[in-house]
Amino acid sequence: MMKSRSVGSGLLLLLVGGVIGYGVGLGLDFVVTGVLNFSGSVAGLFALLASVTAFFFGVYGYRGITRGLVWQVLGTILGGLFVTAIRFLMGLRGTELFGTFFFSEPAWVFGALVGAVSFLFGVGVMDDWVKWARGIDTPEHHEDKPGWEKYLGVSLDHKVIGVQYTITALVLISVGGLFALIFRTELAASQLQFLTTTFKLFNQTGPQIYNALMSLHGMIMIVSILLGISGIINYVVPLLLGAHDMAFPRMNAFAFWVAVPASVLLLMSLILGGFETGWTGYPPLSSRGPVGVQMFFLGVFVAGWSSILGALNVIATVMRMRAKGMTAMRLPILAWASVATSIIALTATQLIGLSFQLVMFQRLFGMGFFDPTKGGNPVLFQHLFWFYSHPAVYVFVLPGLGVISELLPVFVRKPLFGYRWVAMSSLGIALVGFIVWAHHMFTSGMNEYLRVPFMYSTLLVAVPTGVKFFSWVATIWGGKISTPTPMLFVLGAIIVFLMGGLSGPPNATVSVDLHLHDTYFIVGHFHDTIFGGFVFPFFAALYYWFPKATGRRMNEFWGKVHFWLMTPSFLILTFGMMRIGLLGMRRRIADYDPALGFDTTHLILTICGFAIALSVLIFLINFFHSMKHGEKAEGNLWASRSPEWQVPSPMAAHNYEVPFEVVGEPYDYGLPGSKYIEFAPAQGKKH
Amino acid sequence: MRHFVVVGILVIAMAVLTYIGLDSAGLMPVQASAQSVPIDRMWNEQVIAMSFLFALIVVPMVYSLVVFRRKKGDTTDAQHIEGNTNLEITWTILPLFAVVAFAYLGGNSLAQTLRADPEATVIKVTGRQWSWSFEYPEYGVTSPELRVPVGKQLHLQMTSTDVIHSFWVPEFRVKQDLVPGRVTEMRITPTMEGSWKVRCAEICGASHYAMETPVIVMSQAEFDAWMAEQVALAAEAAATPEGRGQALVNASGCTACHAINGVGGNVGPTWNGVFGHEVELADGSVVLADEAYLAESIKAPQAKIVAGYETQLMPAYGFTDEQIADIVAFIKTLR
Repeated sequence: MMKSRSVGSGLLLLLVGGVIGYGVGLGLDFVVTGVLNFSGSVAGLFALLASVTAFFFGVYGYRGITRGLVWQVLGTILGGLFVTAIRFLMGLRGTELFGTFFFSEPAWVFGALVGAVSFLFGVGVMDDWVKWARGIDTPEHHEDKPGWEKYLGVSLDHKVIGVQYTITALVLISVGGLFALIFRTELAASQLQFLTTTFKLFNQTGPQIYNALMSLHGMIMIVSILLGISGIINYVVPLLLGAHDMAFPRMNAFAFWVAVPASVLLLMSLILGGFETGWTGYPPLSSRGPVGVQMFFLGVFVAGWSSILGALNVIATVMRMRAKGMTAMRLPILAWASVATSIIALTATQLIGLSFQLVMFQRLFGMGFFDPTKGGNPVLFQHLFWFYSHPAVYVFVLPGLGVISELLPVFVRKPLFGYRWVAMSSLGIALVGFIVWAHHMFTSGMNEYLRVPFMYSTLLVAVPTGVKFFSWVATIWGGKISTPTPMLFVLGAIIVFLMGGLSGPPNATVSVDLHLHDTYFIVGHFHDTIFGGFVFPFFAALYYWFPKATGRRMNEFWGKVHFWLMTPSFLILTFGMMRIGLLGMRRRIADYDPALGFDTTHLILTICGFAIALSVLIFLINFFHSMKHGEKAEGNLWASRSPEWQVPSPMAAHNYEVPFEVVGEPYDYGLPGSKYIEFAPAQGKKH
Repeated sequence: MRHFVVVGILVIAMAVLTYIGLDSAGLMPVQASAQSVPIDRMWNEQVIAMSFLFALIVVPMVYSLVVFRRKKGDTTDAQHIEGNTNLEITWTILPLFAVVAFAYLGGNSLAQTLRADPEATVIKVTGRQWSWSFEYPEYGVTSPELRVPVGKQLHLQMTSTDVIHSFWVPEFRVKQDLVPGRVTEMRITPTMEGSWKVRCAEICGASHYAMETPVIVMSQAEFDAWMAEQVALAAEAAATPEGRGQALVNASGCTACHAINGVGGNVGPTWNGVFGHEVELADGSVVLADEAYLAESIKAPQAKIVAGYETQLMPAYGFTDEQIADIVAFIKTLR
């Protein structure tokens, strides 16, 4: 009954691989430490890696992602053994040679780095470059075989890569959400219920596991957001521009595939002792923890490459590959937003990589960058870190805001109000975003007078953001509004992002922030901005462009259930968070003082968290079910003016068979006889 | 035109209702310090702005969704309006002024929370994983709880011995991080007698959630009585080596790593019953824990490492020989 390659055999192998990996890990751990640690890190790590690799082997065979994962595991082990051998020759023995986690810390770090690079060679994304280096020619265009199998191996088609990004983002969102459910359950009542101090998993106690899950929830969600926006941009922007692909297809594939070993490294961090620093990883706390901290740093460092190279590609594509007649002011608004976000990602990501790398070196080589006993300064790290990590939040939301502006005119049948202003406000936000980072540090002990100019610059962000809001409202005003699922998510995005926007200025005014900083008010605030700026528009985009990718549409009824379950739950969740935050609930705590009287609120928040998870589960089932069984939708389903809807769905391999020319404004709904694009009269195909 | 009038009225009504709703919800904890007054005033101004902007965006949006929704069977487009430059300029310039005004108010509010009283009581705060201690240099007393008289400004001079912590009493509003290797300052003027808690607001490791200790604000008379008692106890302790040793241990945060009578951390070995007994070291040898061994272990912690604690690195604290003798005397009392 079971084919040699199928999801069924994958799941079976997942189980078998997990058991074998667990046994091997347990044995290795026993050889080194002499103890059978059933909930230990080494057994857990081997179980994870073996089961994931075996799953892909069952589904796909030994090629593509499976080969990448195998090479990553082997690379990690060989790299680790290499450093261990050097340490052995240096005369280290016993517990000094190895550590709590089988390898010593330097061996793990070097091994993990070798493993990540090995993945890239194993998966095959370096093949063409290797061939070029050896003087072998490769075809300009690689044709993918039809069917789903192309998604599990290297493809150079921007649409395939866009789908790969999106699916990976959905997987990571599910993992990060699962982590949130675990610690949200622990918070449902005061006192520690199951993550207790006697609980032991992966060499961590309950509160340590809580901290690790909470920290990883943050970082996994951030990576999933970066992949999610890349998914949308990769799939849609070349179609909007009339390009046949991204500017650098091989680099595009590289930028996606480098994110996979990065995600594996992040998951490894949980198992190798975890990291209890929050996603911010402030030293000295992060310069003390177990190996897990290093895996976290390395995972972010590697994921950063994806962001930087992806951004470079987007900018080059929008600059060089627009259709004839597509001037700057006729560029679809999502392309503007993608450029704005890419400018930030291209220029700021280096700083988080750098700051994490400095702590890695502090741990590995005893360099005292942030160690006060060696003349270092812990606050310096925070400046470097936030110089990326504040602009990063605009990387997360600008494409989402672009999606809102892109879809609104379609569903209100009116032009986007003040197109130029909306386009420029994205750039405005991106630029102002670079000079506000220290508002995360008002209580940090930085120069106290410097806080005032940062308050001014931070509040300034409200101006371009306000332009967007007012323009959206003016777009909706007087429109002929219809509300299919994508439009519901657009409207939800505006409301939720408004909540995030309105709860922002109190954090910018220094004196009030002295109270709000590091409380649940902040947690509520930024979940509003990220859900409004990314999650809701992401879902809107998926519902909207799903027919373009598959030729079928997602189920409308279940889409509406998804929306009406998620939106109220989410609003209650964040309002509740802000409320208890104001009253004294700190961030990042595994337990809270019962005397504060927050038990009821926390119980409600936990229920809301599960309701959101249920709604996302409904979405996922709808998403995967509709791929094969959804209602056929091959035409211009939303009556959009945008070029990708003027050709049948799903899109042809090289996009437009006939190039088009831009002859009008993109959003001129309601102007009789106006056209945005005109396809060139049929002539010889140009590839 | 009629639409604009209706929406205008609805916006104002919605803004007022939102503000009344938020204001009556009791969003802030009690005001227990002078600094909380300007902060709460600033917060209230923010809530007014929030309520207005909320109404300004949500009301026209919801109104449009209800009034301008697409009628069944209508497939035509709406009116072609591309934008209005004057309007765009207006909603760029007006918010710009509002933002500058708020930043100005914010600056004033900050200045009020920073106002320094030259007569302020200096208290040295030390944070460590995962406990607080408060030294009153005027009296030579160190306490694990913060007890202060009402109505007098406190000048907190804070530092950390390990990682970053953050001093926050929600009822006092203001917050300041404790950074290892330097001293950060904060001024708080308690204005209400009562008992609260200082809660560490910067994640600092496994037991971050539990890093709380009472803050007790009392009348000057009660404070003086408590302080007199503490001074007497300190004097009594200072007369004996083990008393001085215990005071040093408390002030240096040794119990963050070494448990005494079951209380404290487990990063280092416990001190109970160690004196006079044999200790197994990491290299497999066994030593007798006598005075010389204990003194050496304080002075040069890496010289002899107890089995099971190989990966923990205790710093050398730089105590004098007399201080070490006092601490050893104290450890000898622990059975």
